[in-house]
Amino acid sequence: MRKLPALTAVAVLGLGLTACTTDPEPAAPGATTGPIAVKATDTACEVGRVENAAGTVTFNVTNSGAKVTEFYVYAAGDRVMGEIENIAPGLTRELKVELAAGTYETACKPGMTGKGIRGAFKATGSAAPLTADAKLAEATASYQRYVQSQTAALLPKTEEFVAAVKAGDVAKAKALFPVVRTYWERIEPVAEIFGDLDPKIDGRAEVIEEGMAFTGFHRLEQDLWEKNDISKSGPIADQLLVDVKEIVAKADAEKLSPLQLANGAKELLDEVASGKITGEEDRYSHTDLWDFAANVEGSKAAVQALRPTLEERAPELVASLDAAFKNVDDTLGKHRDGDGWKLHTALSQADLKELTNVINALAEPISKIAAVISK
Amino acid sequence: MVSRRTALTAAGVGIAGVAGAAAVGSVMMNDAPDPAAASPGAPVPFFGAHQAGIVTPAQDRLHFVAFDVITKDRARLVEMLREWTAAAARMTAGRDAGLLGAVGGQPEAPPDDTGEALGLPASGLTLTVGFGPSLFRDADGVDRFGIADKRPAALEDLPHFPGDAIKPEISGGDICVQACSNDPQVAVHAVRNLARIGFGVVSVRYSQLGFGRTSSTSRAQATPRNLMGFKDGTRNLKLEDGKLLDEQLWAHADDGAAWMAGGSYLVTRRIRMLIETWDRTSLTEQEAIFGRDKGEGAPLGRQKEFDEPDFAAKGADGSPAIAMDAHVRLAHPAQNSDAHLLRRGYNFVDGSDGLGRLDAGLFFMAYQRDPRKQFVPVQRNLARHDTLNEYIRHTSSALWACPPGVAKEGDFWGAGLFS
Repeated sequence: MRKLPALTAVAVLGLGLTACTTDPEPAAPGATTGPIAVKATDTACEVGRVENAAGTVTFNVTNSGAKVTEFYVYAAGDRVMGEIENIAPGLTRELKVELAAGTYETACKPGMTGKGIRGAFKATGSAAPLTADAKLAEATASYQRYVQSQTAALLPKTEEFVAAVKAGDVAKAKALFPVVRTYWERIEPVAEIFGDLDPKIDGRAEVIEEGMAFTGFHRLEQDLWEKNDISKSGPIADQLLVDVKEIVAKADAEKLSPLQLANGAKELLDEVASGKITGEEDRYSHTDLWDFAANVEGSKAAVQALRPTLEERAPELVASLDAAFKNVDDTLGKHRDGDGWKLHTALSQADLKELTNVINALAEPISKIAAVISK
Repeated sequence: MVSRRTALTAAGVGIAGVAGAAAVGSVMMNDAPDPAAASPGAPVPFFGAHQAGIVTPAQDRLHFVAFDVITKDRARLVEMLREWTAAAARMTAGRDAGLLGAVGGQPEAPPDDTGEALGLPASGLTLTVGFGPSLFRDADGVDRFGIADKRPAALEDLPHFPGDAIKPEISGGDICVQACSNDPQVAVHAVRNLARIGFGVVSVRYSQLGFGRTSSTSRAQATPRNLMGFKDGTRNLKLEDGKLLDEQLWAHADDGAAWMAGGSYLVTRRIRMLIETWDRTSLTEQEAIFGRDKGEGAPLGRQKEFDEPDFAAKGADGSPAIAMDAHVRLAHPAQNSDAHLLRRGYNFVDGSDGLGRLDAGLFFMAYQRDPRKQFVPVQRNLARHDTLNEYIRHTSSALWACPPGVAKEGDFWGAGLFS
């Protein structure tokens, strides 16, 4: 019975994410409830009040900087409790986030990169401790927030990419290709539950079944890099947008079970091990490391959503997961190239072996999560 | 004969299985193997003063694997060795790698055994572990796990021998596991599960499958043939050699590394044979190169396989019956300061090489008390003079310190090194 209120809260939250207001009300001094004004600039992140009563907390984030910014509320381990992306300069947007009593971090991310400008935040009060079941319900809600944040970016980026292809702008399309895929690859486990939409959007030439056309990202990738001809790619690009719209609508409505979350976290790493390390996935563009990083981030998001339950039931596993994720981040980080990543063809066999090792080391503890969750 | 399936039904699932494994371990110590009693499916005792898989009568199949240790955390390495030891004790007894087994755990969790050996008996499985010089100090001389001062002097890198065509990517390594079994599936299963358990701590550097033992390590065994068609291992050290084993095989506490007492040093070499060229060589030439006849395996000029070679004998034309550069002469203890080896190599065929040539040969493995006095001088002698070198290429090379056996439940491989 305790599950129901939590689930309802999620639905409200989903709306809150997209709601905008241009009239933030400053919080009264000393109050522990009421909206909290956040002043974001390119160098600062002033949070009007760093303590609030547990429950639904409202942030009004004003971007007075010159760069597009984002605002996040994190729980331990950078678990995203709520976020607003794409806050253009001059805009104010509202974030409603439900926080249990505990300590959190707020972050503004001018330029939408890096760890952001962090600050401590505390939710206080004597809210009854959540039961384990409520924790798991919150895990799926937390992950759904993440999925929605990704689909919110996937759709406009796909539109940009499709427009570039149709306009015959090869350079722009090539630059956008790995970026669009980042949002896709982060939430791939969700996409995979929608059957033939996944192969239509992300299928490679050899996995297309008889009677199905080779469409989607990789077909356009082939046109862009191998055939060097996108003059006839328009219909494929249009179809990609139709398919992405459909999957975004479905993904936003879909709620994964905690077990699906746990398995999704592992499957993302299996994707890395089988398709990205080998350079098989992006065989024409060689932008596999973009997908690699996105898969790892998606896996981390799923794991972090389950974190409260894991901390309660298997604290040692949490410690080893944190260490293994850090190891992957550090190792992958060696292959950064500007804002993006080196091409797969620029990596040596020794580099790939090292990446294989850190992924195996991470996938092993992650494979244990499902059993902990299903106890 | 204990099969995994009967173990599951008889002992139930989970904790009862542990008790069963412990019982098996305590009644079967490997100090006095009895080759006559061994059936191909029977278990080989895991616990004992020496590791099994050294004097154990050579099984038919090999899966050898060399690992790099990729963690810097000594505690994690030790923990893995503990887990490996527990899994090895279970698997060599014919049981699953983990406590729950391939089908006994939670449906949502990956099984703690991979399952391809379900229903198969222990099949004489032995698992033997060894530590390479690089575990003690890396290429930059860094003491990786605080054990550099425990590196035995006998574990110094092998020298480059004339004619060596060593590929670094299939040579060396920090830890090796030799899995021998009478069923290839059982050996592969064991290595696969140890690699799985070791993810994050170790990474497979290379591995080698072998079939057809090329040595006898017991007088109860017939001498097998290598892929050149000759009997191999006629003069091998064997488990019946008692005093000679003590002198030539087992490391002693006063050899310089007390933790190695009861252990042994293993040399592994992947020797590619140029099969097609060899097969075009006349029988007389082949026999002259080995110094033995091909059918019986007798030293040239003698009648029977186990006859002592007569290195002074002359042939009808007045030249030595056994050529001065014949393999049997160059490798004989009399020519090498009485150095013996306990060889337990395996034939291998890794398919073909893309040019249609068989990628085949001998995965040579030899145990000894001190490679500086045994393998190294013998191989120097062979590498310089042996006509056989025209038909073989050494492509992989490694040296390992194989610690003494695991005395009892709860102890672990290399405990002496890490204590």
